[in-house]
Amino acid sequence: MYKIIRKEILSDTIKLMVVEAPHVVRKAEPGQFVIVRINETGERIPLTIADYDREQGTITIVFQEVGKSTKHLGTLQPGDEISTVAGPLGHPTEIQKYGTIICAAGGVGIAPMYPIARALKNAGNTVISIIGVRSRDFLFWEDKMRYVSDELVVCTDDGSYGRKGVVTEPLKELLASRRIARVWAIGPGVMMKFVSLSTRDFNVPTMVSLNTIMVDGTGMCGGCRVLLNDGAKFVCTDGPEFDAHKVDWDNLLSRYQIYKKEEILSFETWKHKCSSDTDCHCEGKR
Amino acid sequence: MSKQERPKIPRQKMPEQERILRRSNFKEVALGFTEELAVKEANRCLQCKKPTCVSGCPIGVLIPQFIHALRRGDMPSAISIMKIKNNLPAICGRVCPQEGQCEGRCILGKKGEPVAIGRLERYVGDYELAHRVCPLVRQKDTGKKIAVVGSGPSGITCAVDLSRNGHSVTIFESLHVPGGVLIYGIPEFRLPKEIVNSEINYAVECLNIKILTDHIIGRTITLDEILSEYDAVFIGTGAGLPSFINIPGINYKGVMSANEFLTRVNLMKAYLFPEYDTPVRIGNRIAVIGAGNVAMDSARCSLRLQTIFGQKAEVHIIYRRSRDEVPSRKEEFHHAEEEGVIFDFLTNPVEILGDAEGNVRGIRCIRMKLEEPDSSGRRKPVPIEGSEFEIEADIVIMALGTSPNPLIFINSGNLQRTKHGTAVADIETGRTTRERVWAGGDIVTGAATVISAMGAGKRTAADIHRFLMEENSKN
Ligand SMILES: Cc1cc2nc3c(=O)[nH]c(=O)nc-3n(C[C@H](O)[C@H](O)[C@H](O)COP(=O)(O)OP(=O)(O)OC[C@H]3O[C@@H](n4cnc5c(N)ncnc54)[C@H](O)[C@@H]3O)c2cc1C
Ligand SMILES: Cc1cc2nc3c(=O)[nH]c(=O)nc-3n(C[C@H](O)[C@H](O)[C@H](O)COP(=O)(O)OP(=O)(O)OC[C@H]3O[C@@H](n4cnc5c(N)ncnc54)[C@H](O)[C@@H]3O)c2cc1C
Ligand code: SF4
Ligand code: SF4
Ligand code: FES
Repeated sequence: MYKIIRKEILSDTIKLMVVEAPHVVRKAEPGQFVIVRINETGERIPLTIADYDREQGTITIVFQEVGKSTKHLGTLQPGDEISTVAGPLGHPTEIQKYGTIICAAGGVGIAPMYPIARALKNAGNTVISIIGVRSRDFLFWEDKMRYVSDELVVCTDDGSYGRKGVVTEPLKELLASRRIARVWAIGPGVMMKFVSLSTRDFNVPTMVSLNTIMVDGTGMCGGCRVLLNDGAKFVCTDGPEFDAHKVDWDNLLSRYQIYKKEEILSFETWKHKCSSDTDCHCEGKR
Repeated sequence: MSKQERPKIPRQKMPEQERILRRSNFKEVALGFTEELAVKEANRCLQCKKPTCVSGCPIGVLIPQFIHALRRGDMPSAISIMKIKNNLPAICGRVCPQEGQCEGRCILGKKGEPVAIGRLERYVGDYELAHRVCPLVRQKDTGKKIAVVGSGPSGITCAVDLSRNGHSVTIFESLHVPGGVLIYGIPEFRLPKEIVNSEINYAVECLNIKILTDHIIGRTITLDEILSEYDAVFIGTGAGLPSFINIPGINYKGVMSANEFLTRVNLMKAYLFPEYDTPVRIGNRIAVIGAGNVAMDSARCSLRLQTIFGQKAEVHIIYRRSRDEVPSRKEEFHHAEEEGVIFDFLTNPVEILGDAEGNVRGIRCIRMKLEEPDSSGRRKPVPIEGSEFEIEADIVIMALGTSPNPLIFINSGNLQRTKHGTAVADIETGRTTRERVWAGGDIVTGAATVISAMGAGKRTAADIHRFLMEENSKN
């Protein structure tokens, strides 16, 4: 059992938790993730290690409430315990001195991008970060990102803060005007796809952190496989970072939908169960 | 009873859950012998002076001796005799491919039907689980620390034997529950999880074995780091890496490895969805490729899920050889046929077909024929030109064999592996190319059997013990 130490609400649907996981923290590096299972009946879901404190033996996870598991996780409080935290999984980001690099993060992708940007900065790169969110209410960690970046651009879809528009716009301007050695992109699949298309035109190597549906996270099921132009790979053990220009994006995006129907049923069942439980503070009660 | 009378007793039938009913649940199919049936079956054994059955058992269970005790009604002795060689009879009795092992060599099989050794073994094992007549005991503490990586049958067996010898043992397991394939692969209706859990809990409680789940060796800790803390390491991480055939279309939605399908169903209990959160995709026409135990388990789980979730029930097994070459346990093949799985023999997939939304809609296959046996006696399947045809399917499950998961080899020094990805180790002692590291089970042999993994765990435990004691006497 792994105890939740701290909880922070970053936006309406995005929450942060600091969780005790001394076995994971010893080796955790930027770019890696953990598999979390809330309780006996829970599913195993992957979440990126957004930060870690080796002395305290804790990791930080930041998640967006999109379905049953993440919404349920969001109802837990400091002191509550989680049944499974396994990791660190996946390959760490390849941190080197590349020159001037761009970190493009969309939505909840800001959280996993932060330790990567920090490590790239510490390795002597000039870090330009572009973060994009739907509107001002969804923005978090602007200060943290600013701190580890030489330049920071914030975009909102609705123009409620920073520049109006999507991350690919400032990205293309930068690619056209500066010598960029490498680009990292983390965010929704569609966002990563368009970042990838943009950088391909400029021939700039680009790394994306793919988030496929997973079960074990250890290379055992193959459910996380993605098609690259040189064959199928497992995101959990071969990734999660891949060369964006090799990814078959349409296949990846289509595979997110595999369990759509069941995900809705799962959430509805949980909500229903919770609304009949007097001690519960979840969405179903509200 | 005279020697002539014994073989005249017919082989006793296993009581089973009714054929139609069992398709709608995950409860055990074979219900186990009653005392009466067990004694009757035990009475068939001739108590051979040179028991050929024993030579067919990979771990040499003292078969005539335990059967003799059983038919006298002396269960405590039956269990003690069994446990000399086999820690997990309730499991082996259920899953060993007996027809190719002990029962395949039983003298009675020459003219009629062999003694049902597996079923008797299961009876003894179940009796032990219910009564615990044979307590495990620990020798005086040796002060040696041993790490066992992987909690499948090889790891558990090795840990139990080492702990009995007084070493302190810690098992590292990457999943959230111990048991290996016994938990995540073999379905509840064939091997109830309660039995596996009960064996593991018993070992943990009586022998002080520590199990650390959620520890992926290679990621959470490396072999190098473990070696700096422990006197010896046993690697029993199995062969859990699925393979996909190299044909177009494997990434359509609805194509999965048997490992994914079975893990969702067994480990994550998708058959209880939505009470359990993990779903599994099912359809009206499920095609399983392959015909080993893994394929039979996938097909039979599929039928049950279709029934439970109110779908049309139609499951195909597509196999490139013929009925005579089916590699699964005979009983599983038989049960699968009985339950209504449709077998497409001499058929090989060449392409998986999808619809506009990226969902599977079928498989393009080719008919095969078997060549004359080659020098090894194996009949090679070859495609019949121009015989391509389509099978409709909305789910395709690939049960095509597995290889060892390479994670364990990360930062593992000079631990060598073969080109098949298996660890290089001595079959008798389990010694690997790295000092103080042993390995056994599927990681060494490639996908094999529960009993061979247990046997390896046992032999290796003996060698580790010998090594540590010699080391002790040197100091
Ligand atoms: C390596 C990796 C790291 C990740 N890190 C984070 C993280 O740090 N923070 C975070 O909020 N999320 C992260 N994710 C995604 C997260 O795992 C999913 O959001 C989560 O599993 C959803 O579970 P659920 O039951 O709440 O929602 P579900 O009911 O399972 O899904 C709800 C909706 O989300 C979509 N969806 C489900 N799984 C995914 C997925 N893996 N990727 C994209 N869409 C999906 C579904 O199509 C559905 O529309 C990561 C995924 C991977 C593979
Ligand atoms: C579906 C299915 C049905 C089968 N049916 C039968 C049958 O009827 N009869 C029969 O005799 N055999 C059967 N087998 C084969 C049999 O189950 C295996 O041969 C046997 O389980 C191998 O045992 P093992 O101890 O070597 O490994 P496993 O049982 O595979 O256990 C290995 C364990 O190590 C863990 N692990 C892996 N990597 C790491 C790591 N890096 N760090 C920590 N832990 C790790 C795994 O999670 C797993 O728990 C079947 C196999 C399958 C898949
Ligand atoms: S362990 Fe397996 S092979 Fe050996 S006697 Fe028992 S059932 Fe037969
Ligand atoms: S070979 Fe058959 S009859 Fe002879 S001892 Fe073994 S089980 Fe009994
Ligand atoms: S999640 Fe199972 S192999 Fe990647």
